[in-house]
Amino acid sequence: MEQTKNITDKDIQSLVGNLLRVGVYISMAIVILGGVIYLFDHGSEKIDYAVFDIDKVSLKTVAAIFEEVITFKGVAIVQFGLLMLIFTPIARVIMAVVSFFIEKDYLYVLIGLIVLSIIMASLSGGFAH
Amino acid sequence: MVKSQLKWFIFAAMSVLIFTIIVLLGAFLAGFLGSLTGLGGGVIIIPLLTLGLGVDIHYAIGASIISVIATSTGSAAAYVKEGLTNMRIGMFLEIATTVGAILGAVIAVYLNAAYVAVIFGCILIFSSMMTLKKKVDHTTLDYSSKGAKFFKLNGSYPNQGVETPYAVKNVAGGFFMMLFAGTLSGLLGIGSGALKVIAMDNIMRLPFKVSTTTSNFMMGVTAAASAVVYLHRGQIDPGIAMPVCIGVLIGATVGAKVLVKAKTDKLKMVFAVVVTILAIQMIYKGLSGGF
Repeated sequence: MEQTKNITDKDIQSLVGNLLRVGVYISMAIVILGGVIYLFDHGSEKIDYAVFDIDKVSLKTVAAIFEEVITFKGVAIVQFGLLMLIFTPIARVIMAVVSFFIEKDYLYVLIGLIVLSIIMASLSGGFAH
Repeated sequence: MVKSQLKWFIFAAMSVLIFTIIVLLGAFLAGFLGSLTGLGGGVIIIPLLTLGLGVDIHYAIGASIISVIATSTGSAAAYVKEGLTNMRIGMFLEIATTVGAILGAVIAVYLNAAYVAVIFGCILIFSSMMTLKKKVDHTTLDYSSKGAKFFKLNGSYPNQGVETPYAVKNVAGGFFMMLFAGTLSGLLGIGSGALKVIAMDNIMRLPFKVSTTTSNFMMGVTAAASAVVYLHRGQIDPGIAMPVCIGVLIGATVGAKVLVKAKTDKLKMVFAVVVTILAIQMIYKGLSGGF
């Protein structure tokens, strides 16, 4: 019994480790691609970051970023990559919940679901205003 | 006055390309030093952007939190595979850190930027002092904690090739400290690793290797929770976040490679002085209405 539990825990560790690594690589690749396009299109423009303007960034929601990314604008691709980066640790929680479920550790399935619901509540945008 | 006008002039005249290159280099340095000293990239990139380049602190915090996700997730991948991370402790305490992170990010929306800068300066001084403090091993094999037993937090880790067991104490105390650490992380856009390690080393009595790696493991989810609030708020600007997260991630990766060979004691000392000067400037600027 103890032996099988240890193997499952090790499997989870390896799986989670790989997911985190791949997630960071993919999202950073997207960010760099978007960054290059952005610099080509806007590299010579003047920057304006001295005063925070809440309406300056237009891509502020998951829906807006997904809609804009297909236009292949640099900023939209960068923002999409950043969103993928934000999703990586969240995906890790989802994976951990599934793994704990397979391991029949229902207490930790519950704990994982609580963490997820906290983040989902934040993703819905209710806390930003 | 003249100086600030000059700075504004330089800042206003800068092109996107030049700005991106400068931020990229600065972020590389921040990630490199942050990883060598154990301070983290976030606490260095924010003064660099605000004091050095005149970027509004709201944008600096948004970009910094993204870099925290990138670096912590990257290194967590390695630690988790080595079996150093206690995933149950991580998951359990994430309840506290994510609630705190969202709370902190929401407070930041309403709090005057000057206050944020002053709090940031204080945490910066505290964190740099913590890197100098000699670490005392608090580990125990006293399995009497009911909370640790119920949440299955006691564990073992590979220590010089030997699987070494450890017991966890004061779960409630650690949980509340994490709530506080999460709030500061969300408020200031930093990983607040120093506070997390205090909660786990001193309060919960974990071994260093387990506490640092588990703190790192939690950082990604904690930062993601507050990053979402910042995203909705328009504080994550692709033009700043892009060079910051690329630079910090590469810098931290190189730093981690060098760390294995380098003696960091002297570097930590020098760096603590530099960071303290930066922190005092942040506090001064905050109090004198510069933000």
